[in-house]
Amino acid sequence: MGKNWWKILGVVLVSYSIVGGFLVPVPELPILNETIRNTYFHIPMWFAMMALLSYSLFHSIKFLAGFDLQHDNKADQSVQVALVLGLFGLLTGMVWAQYTWGSFWTNDVKLNGTAISMLTYLAYIILRGSIEDEHRKAKVAAVYNIFAWVMMILFIMVIPRLNDSLHPGNGGNPAFGSYDMDNTMRIVFYPAVIGWILIGAWITSIKIRIKNIDDTQKYA
Amino acid sequence: MEFSRVKSLVHKEFLLDWKEKNSIASILIYVTSTVFVCYLSFQTIIDTTTFNALLWIIILFTSVNTITKSFVQESENRLLYMYSLANPQEIIMGKLIYNSILLLIISLVTFSAYALFLGNPILDLPGFIGALVLGSVGLSILLTVMAAIASKSSNNPALMAILSFPIIIPFLITIIALSLNFSQGVNDAQNFRYFFAIGGIMAIGITMAYILFPYLWRD
Repeated sequence: MGKNWWKILGVVLVSYSIVGGFLVPVPELPILNETIRNTYFHIPMWFAMMALLSYSLFHSIKFLAGFDLQHDNKADQSVQVALVLGLFGLLTGMVWAQYTWGSFWTNDVKLNGTAISMLTYLAYIILRGSIEDEHRKAKVAAVYNIFAWVMMILFIMVIPRLNDSLHPGNGGNPAFGSYDMDNTMRIVFYPAVIGWILIGAWITSIKIRIKNIDDTQKYA
Repeated sequence: MEFSRVKSLVHKEFLLDWKEKNSIASILIYVTSTVFVCYLSFQTIIDTTTFNALLWIIILFTSVNTITKSFVQESENRLLYMYSLANPQEIIMGKLIYNSILLLIISLVTFSAYALFLGNPILDLPGFIGALVLGSVGLSILLTVMAAIASKSSNNPALMAILSFPIIIPFLITIIALSLNFSQGVNDAQNFRYFFAIGGIMAIGITMAYILFPYLWRD
């Protein structure tokens, strides 16, 4: 129990955000209407993805500092889980875009940036697959992971500021910015973010343990 | 890091390419035939957006093809010998400088041939050439690091393109926007922001190459 409290907390928070997300009253805004409830599902995906990718970056740096393959395993598995979360974020976003902006894909810097970031991390997985030697693979992948993370931050932080975006808070777009999210929404939104980060961490830890068992069986 | 050694590494690259002239010649023929294919399919391009997009796509593909070779062409033994003479920072800086010069020449040749065949709608030519210079230096920085990574895998020829295209895109869209502004004669505050972003990406690229190459250069 003592070691697993955060897993239980993750399940409780995500269940709470699903129930609360559909039942708690939301502000009535034009165009958005009830689709505003997607905030509770779409945005936490990005938070969880970013958390896992940063965790992966941390372990890539740790790997280069000591060449311990355990760190490489952690970096690899968290990228895989982050990619799945990113895919869910993209899908929920596409559905939302269809009902508010009128099409599944718009030429918006944030959408394109996300698509490119996901391509970068898919390339990371291809790179790992195309090198045989474990140590060489781990080293090269760690270097590419650091590069990929820095470039992703550039997509997210720098490039959107050079162009306008349809997303809230960019280019004078109304919809809802942080100031439009009222307090009832925050009660559901923040637990959802924390819950999804915990769930992502849980899945990652299970994947890391499975990989470890696989390795011990392979080399036994 | 000693600059005299970086200088002699760059000199070595020039000598190598001068000795095997057919590698440079093949790149120039590649560029010329690509431009000629574009000429035959477009005849002339008046729209500056299309002009810029096509030019940068040609430059992108040419530079990926050029820089892929920079770590693969040398034999393992010669690399081993080189690694005993210089430290990794000097080697990557030598490669960066040489690739920048090479790509600069290639992109200027590409632009000349392209403008000759397809017409030249550029309004602010000095500015556009400046964007071309910045673009080829930046591309060579990012692509050199990717080539170093891709050279570690021997069995996947498409790896270089897969690794570098997503990494290159933010740089490329900024440089295309900048050169588009220059070709339409727009010279406003927006250009300054583009310069800032391009300079930032180039500085980050050089720093990361400098820090990370020591982990890549030998196993």
